[in-house]
Amino acid sequence: MLIFEHSAKGRKTKIHSTMNDVAITDIPVELLRTDAPGLPEVSEMQAVRHYTSLSQKNFSIDTHFYPLGSCTMKHNPRVCNSLAMLPGFLSRHPLAPEQNSQGFLACMHELQEMLCDVTGMAAFSLTPMAGAQGEFAGVAMIRAYHDANGDTERREILVPDAAHGTNPATATMCGFTVKEIPTLPSGDVDVDALKAAVGPQTAGLMLTNPSTLGVFERRIEEIAKLVHDAGGLLYYDGANLNAILGKIRPGDMGFDVIHSNLHKTFSTPHGGGGPGSGAIGVAERLKPFMPLPVVEKEDEHYRWLTEEDCPQTIGRMSAFMGNAGVLLRAYIYMRLLGAEGMRRVAEFATLNANYMMTQLKARGFEAAIPDRYASHEFIITLKKQAKELNVSAMDFAKRLLDKGYHAPTTYFPLLVPECLLIEPTESEAKEMLDGFVDALVEIQQEAETDADMLHNAPYTMPVNRLDEVRAAKQLDLAWSAQSK
Amino acid sequence: MPFVPHTETEIKEMLSAIGIDSIENLFDEIPSHLKIDALQKVPAGLNEMGINRLMQNRAADDGQPLCFMGAGAYDHHIPAAVWQITTRGEYYTAYTPYQAEASQGTLQLTYEFQSMMTALTAMDVSNASLYDGASAVAEAALMAVRANRKSKSRKVLVPRSLNPVYKDVTHTIVKHQNLELIDIEFDLASSKTSMAALEKFSGEDITAMIISQPNFFGTLEDVDAMTNWAHANNIVVIAVVNPLSLALLKPPGQWGENGADIAVGDGQPLGAPMSSGGPYYGFMCCKKAFVRQMPGRIVGRTVDQEGREGFVLTLQAREQHIRRSKATSNICTNQGLVVTASTIHMSLLGPEGLKQAAISCHQNTQLMIEKLSAINGVDVVFDQPRFHEVVLRLNQSSKDVLNKLADQNILAGYDLSNAYSLKDYPQFENCILVCATELRIAEDIEILAAALTDALK
Repeated sequence: MLIFEHSAKGRKTKIHSTMNDVAITDIPVELLRTDAPGLPEVSEMQAVRHYTSLSQKNFSIDTHFYPLGSCTMKHNPRVCNSLAMLPGFLSRHPLAPEQNSQGFLACMHELQEMLCDVTGMAAFSLTPMAGAQGEFAGVAMIRAYHDANGDTERREILVPDAAHGTNPATATMCGFTVKEIPTLPSGDVDVDALKAAVGPQTAGLMLTNPSTLGVFERRIEEIAKLVHDAGGLLYYDGANLNAILGKIRPGDMGFDVIHSNLHKTFSTPHGGGGPGSGAIGVAERLKPFMPLPVVEKEDEHYRWLTEEDCPQTIGRMSAFMGNAGVLLRAYIYMRLLGAEGMRRVAEFATLNANYMMTQLKARGFEAAIPDRYASHEFIITLKKQAKELNVSAMDFAKRLLDKGYHAPTTYFPLLVPECLLIEPTESEAKEMLDGFVDALVEIQQEAETDADMLHNAPYTMPVNRLDEVRAAKQLDLAWSAQSK
Repeated sequence: MPFVPHTETEIKEMLSAIGIDSIENLFDEIPSHLKIDALQKVPAGLNEMGINRLMQNRAADDGQPLCFMGAGAYDHHIPAAVWQITTRGEYYTAYTPYQAEASQGTLQLTYEFQSMMTALTAMDVSNASLYDGASAVAEAALMAVRANRKSKSRKVLVPRSLNPVYKDVTHTIVKHQNLELIDIEFDLASSKTSMAALEKFSGEDITAMIISQPNFFGTLEDVDAMTNWAHANNIVVIAVVNPLSLALLKPPGQWGENGADIAVGDGQPLGAPMSSGGPYYGFMCCKKAFVRQMPGRIVGRTVDQEGREGFVLTLQAREQHIRRSKATSNICTNQGLVVTASTIHMSLLGPEGLKQAAISCHQNTQLMIEKLSAINGVDVVFDQPRFHEVVLRLNQSSKDVLNKLADQNILAGYDLSNAYSLKDYPQFENCILVCATELRIAEDIEILAAALTDALK
C-alpha cells in the first residue's frame, strides 16, 4: 500500500499550527500556486507505521550478511551516527564564519591529514559527494595538469577492461576518449598491451588495485613507470582500498591521484544508495588543481582555501563543501580505528575473503582465479552450473535471499562469465562465513535436483521476481490520483 | 576499535584451512619494499568514551549561533519522527537496491518520493535524486543538450541572478563537453532577469535557458514571460526552484503556456538539517518526453510473477554500469538516505503543513524587513516580491558588522560584498543577504534588530 492510499482529505498532522487563512497580498497572483500539491494527508502515526513497515522490507547490514563485492558493506558503528548528529554539527550553517567553525574545521583538517597518511598522497580535498564525483575531479585534474603544461594533445585515458563502469563514463565526461586495456587470465593487466597503447596521446591510466578481480596487481611499479615515462598520470580508483589499508599505500605505488570511497573503506552508511563521499587525494604536482574548498591550518587557526589561494583549481563540485555529515562519520570511524586498527581492517578483510574462497573451492565451487591469494574479495564463476544445470548466477543470487543472505555482486566484472563477486569484510565472524558457504552448497544441491526451484526463487520475500521489461515499457514512475 | 570479531582460536582455524601460518602470508604477492611500517599522522585509536568526549567538545566549540543566513541552506523545523525513522538500520545500512526483492522498502519509498516531487513541481516524472542543487543544475544542462534535438549550438543561457556557486559548479562539470554557458545580466534596480537582455538572443540557436525562482537575491522572477519567450525560440527551459516555496508559488510545470521542461533544485529545505552543507540532495523532474535523457536512478512500479505490485530500478540502459563510456552521466550513488528523510518529512507535513511552513517563512521575512529597515543605516536594496530572503545595504563595512554580530553568536546574513563570484558587482558593496525561516520568530528578529542597531551606532 502506498502512503497516498492512507491519505484522507483534510487530515492533518498539525506539525505547523494552522494559522487563520492568511491572504498573501504582496506577491502578484500570477506567481502564486492555485492548486494544492497532491501530497498525502496522513496522521503522524500513519506515517510512522507506514515507513517503519516499509523499512522491514529491506535487507541491510544491520539485519543481514551483505557480501556485495566492490561495495565494502562493513559494520557501520552507531556511535559514528550519534556523534555526527550532535545538534552543534547539524545546526552549523555551511557559510558560517571561521570564528564560529573551528570545531568543525578541526575535524575536517584532521580527516584530510589522516587520509593523506593512509594513501601516501600530499593533499586531500573532501568536496566530491560520491565515488563517481571523486573520479570526475581526479580525471579533470589530470586534464588541467596537461593543459597547464601546454600538453593539449593528451586526450586518451586508458582503462583496464575489468574496471568499474564509472571509469570510462567519467573519462568521457572530462572530454577524453577511452581505450580499454585487456586483462590476463592471471588477473594482472596485460603489460604488453599497455606498452603498445601508451604514447604521446596518453593522458593517464585509471586503475583499481587490488583489481575488481580481487587480486593484487603484481607489476604495478612497472605499469606506473610505463605510464609516467610516456608522460601520463596514474589514477587510483579507491573502491578496494579496504584491502590494503595500513599495509601499503597508493602513493608509494606511484599513483598521482586517488579517490577514496569513504562510504566503503571508512564505514559511512550506504543509506539505500547514498549519500557517499569520494574524497580526492593528490600528489604534489596536482595540488594546484584540487577542487575547492580545502581546509588549511595556519597558526592553530583553521580556514578555507578559496579561488584566491588556488587560482588553478578545477573549481567547485558542490554548493558548499560536499557531504559534510558523511565526512564527520568517516572522521569518527578513523579516530576509533587508529593506526593499528587500520592495518587490522585490511588483514581481517583479507583473511575472511581467503577463508571463504578456500572453503568454497573445497566444496566444489570454481574460483575465477584459483591459484592466487584473494585480496579482500574474490570471484566464483558458475559457468559450469550454467552449462550443465541450466542455472545462472542470478538464480543463485535470488535463492540466497531465501536463505537469509544478501546476494553478492553478480555479473561484474564483465570479464568473468556467470560470476559472483564476494566481499565479506573484516566485520563478519567466522560462523557467518561458514553459514554462507553452507547456503551456497545447499543451493548447488537444489540446482542438481530441481533447477526450476532456483529459476523461480526467491519465495520468502515480499515479492518474487519482478517484471522488469514491463517496468521499462509501461512506465509507471509516479502515483497520481487519476492513475489509481 | 577495529570492529573485528575474530577470536585467537578462530584465526588459527581459518589460517589452517587456508594452509598458511600467518595472515601476513596473504600479502606475499605485494613487493615487500612497498609495505609500510606504521602510519605517521593517524593517532592511536580511541574507545567510545574517548570519541564522545572529543566530538562533544568540537560540536560545542561552534556555538550554535542564531542563524539568519540562507544563500542555499535554510534552517527549517524537521519533525522528530523524520530522522528517527530514517536512521533505522534497515534504511541507514542498506545498499543501492540492486536486489529488488530484498529492497522493496527503499524502492517503494523512492517511488513515493518521485510521486511527491512530481506533485510539488507539477512535472511528469522525477528521478531518485542527484547529489545536490548545484550539481543538479549541471546535470540538467547536459540533459537539455541531449534532449533538444532542434538545437545544434550547445549554448545555455545562465542568469547572473542564479546562485553563483551553482553556476561555478555547472561550469566545473560541463566545461569539457563543449557547452557554452552565456551569462544573462539582471536589472540592477530590481535584480530580476532583464527581458531586454534575453531578447537580444531572439531567433538565435540557443539550446537551453535556466530560470531561478526565487533567484539568489530572494526576488521572484517573471517566470511566465521568460518561459514563453524561451519556448517561442525553441529553447529548453530549466527551472531551478526552492521546493518548499512550491507550496506557495506557481510550480514550474505551470509556468507560461507549456511549463518548464526540466525542474531541479536542492531538496535541503524538505527535511535535511543544515549540517555544514550536506548531505542534501538534488532533485530533478522533467516532462515525460525527456525521461530517457534523464541521469541517475529511476524507480518504476511493476508486478511480480504472481501479479503482485512491486518496484524496480528501471530504464537502466541509460546508466554507467551498462553503457560505460556512452552513459547519460557517470552518476551511480545518489543521496538515498536524505531522500528517505525528505519523503517522510513531506508525508508528515502534507500539502497544508508545507504551505503553512512556506507562509510562515514569508511572514517572518516581511516582519524582519520591517524591523531591520527601520534601523538607521540599513536599506532594502531590491523592493520586489520575494520569498524568504532579502538583500540589505549597510552604511558601513558589512564584513565588520557581520563579525561583530558573529561574536555575539548571531549569523546576520551572507556577505555579498565579499563573495568571490560576485566580485565584479561593485553595487553590492556592504550588502548582505538575509533570510528568515519559520524558525526565526518575532523574538529572534528582535534580538537581531537590537544587535544590528548597536553594531551600526
